[in-house]
Amino acid sequence: MEGQLAHIGAGLAAIGSGAAAIGVGNVAGNYLAGALRNPSAAASQTATLFIGIAFAEALGIFSFLVALLLMFAV
Amino acid sequence: MATNTHETVSACVNDHGSAIGMPQLCNEWMGNQIFWLVITLIVIFFVLSRVALPRIAAVLAERQGTITNDIAAAEDLKAKAAAAEDAYNQALIDARAEAARIVEATKAEIKADLDAAMAKADAQIAEKAKAGEKTIAEIRANAMASVEEIAKATASEIVDALGGKADAKSVNSAVDAQLKG
Amino acid sequence: MAGTAPSSEDAGLVFHPMDQFIVKPLFGDGPVQWYTVTNVTLWLILAIVVVTAIMVFGTRGRAVVPSRSQSIGELAYGFVYKMVEDVAGKDAVGFFPYIMTLFMFIVSANFLGLLPMSFTTTSHFAVTVVLAMAVFLTVTIVGFVKNGAGFLGLFWVSSAPAALRPILAIIELISYFVRPVSHSIRLAGNVMAGHAVIKVFAGFAAVAVISPVSVVAISAMYGLEILVAFIQAYVFTILTCVYLKDALHPSH
Repeated sequence: MEGQLAHIGAGLAAIGSGAAAIGVGNVAGNYLAGALRNPSAAASQTATLFIGIAFAEALGIFSFLVALLLMFAV
Repeated sequence: MATNTHETVSACVNDHGSAIGMPQLCNEWMGNQIFWLVITLIVIFFVLSRVALPRIAAVLAERQGTITNDIAAAEDLKAKAAAAEDAYNQALIDARAEAARIVEATKAEIKADLDAAMAKADAQIAEKAKAGEKTIAEIRANAMASVEEIAKATASEIVDALGGKADAKSVNSAVDAQLKG
Repeated sequence: MAGTAPSSEDAGLVFHPMDQFIVKPLFGDGPVQWYTVTNVTLWLILAIVVVTAIMVFGTRGRAVVPSRSQSIGELAYGFVYKMVEDVAGKDAVGFFPYIMTLFMFIVSANFLGLLPMSFTTTSHFAVTVVLAMAVFLTVTIVGFVKNGAGFLGLFWVSSAPAALRPILAIIELISYFVRPVSHSIRLAGNVMAGHAVIKVFAGFAAVAVISPVSVVAISAMYGLEILVAFIQAYVFTILTCVYLKDALHPSH
């Protein structure tokens, strides 16, 4: 029973990956919108873009990690 | 199950050789990974900092130097090319002016020749016309004289034919009077 | 259901997505001691070989007009050098060999991990935590050595209203200490997630009906993983540069 609950928890934690996907899409989309308005400034901001994506994705990875822990380590 | 070779190996691997839990969280293996990782990092660090990076930096610096020299040389050549082009353009302008001058001179010369020839031709034409007129006048005068003669002869013949006696003097005067009238 | 592993074998579907991360001794079956030569050792050494091949043997010509292999090394050099200069500042150039080491190691380990049957060293928290802690300690020590107590200004947001500053200081302090955690888990998590997903799709390939879909999915994931392998190395490096900039210029 407890193991099954852990599986449910893992599934719930996987929602976090979708939320991270929204976050990453938001970052990339806004970057693109800004880059199309001012293409000359776009190149200088790619580093910021990747840092932003990395931060957004890290949280999704955390939820993925929680899912994995529930699946394999609890 | 007990025959499986993996049974004694680890607390993180089960009898089938599959992982128990997450292999990443297995305490047994961490020391091993950290030890070899540290060795790897040290080796890579020394390979890079002692051999690779100075070498690449030197190559890049050398290339930068070469490029700078080449650019300077190219600037020189460019200046020379520009000077040559200026000279060429100047020569072109001079040549054009010279050509224009020659054209003008030739044109004037030809015009003078042409005028002279025209004048000469005009004079010849006038002369020829005058001669022609004179000839025409002569011919006309001769023709008038002949007409008179023929008229007189004809008149005396007519008078003869009519049975009259025509003395030459009166016929002549009558014909003259008619011709004048 | 922790570890009662062969669970769903009745359906023909066998998922062991985590088995690829098991550390095994290369020779014999003994227990894994800290000095044991394991598959970790093998793939770490291969990473050294790859880095050496690219950075040392590729550039042995020292040609002014670079050959193909030399331009790979020069590209990596220029890429990381520019990153250090742009993000961390000109005075961080002294740390360039260190950051270059991190970048070259992570990038080669990530790409080696993408080879079929290989072992991905960067998917283990033990590895990435060491890398992240090394960065964290370096940044902290450099910060205090260069700025003394002024390094604590990093946590004191002087542009905020005075009443908020203590609260912000606590938040900044927490975020500072969470840095190595997120720094390491981001790298290991991304790499592990991709490999585990590929393994799960590979498990579906056992069913004949869906195996074409599964193969296509594996190919697509593999393409994504190639991207992730590079981007995570890039992100790890650039975050190192960002942290280093904080250490060198702690004022907000």
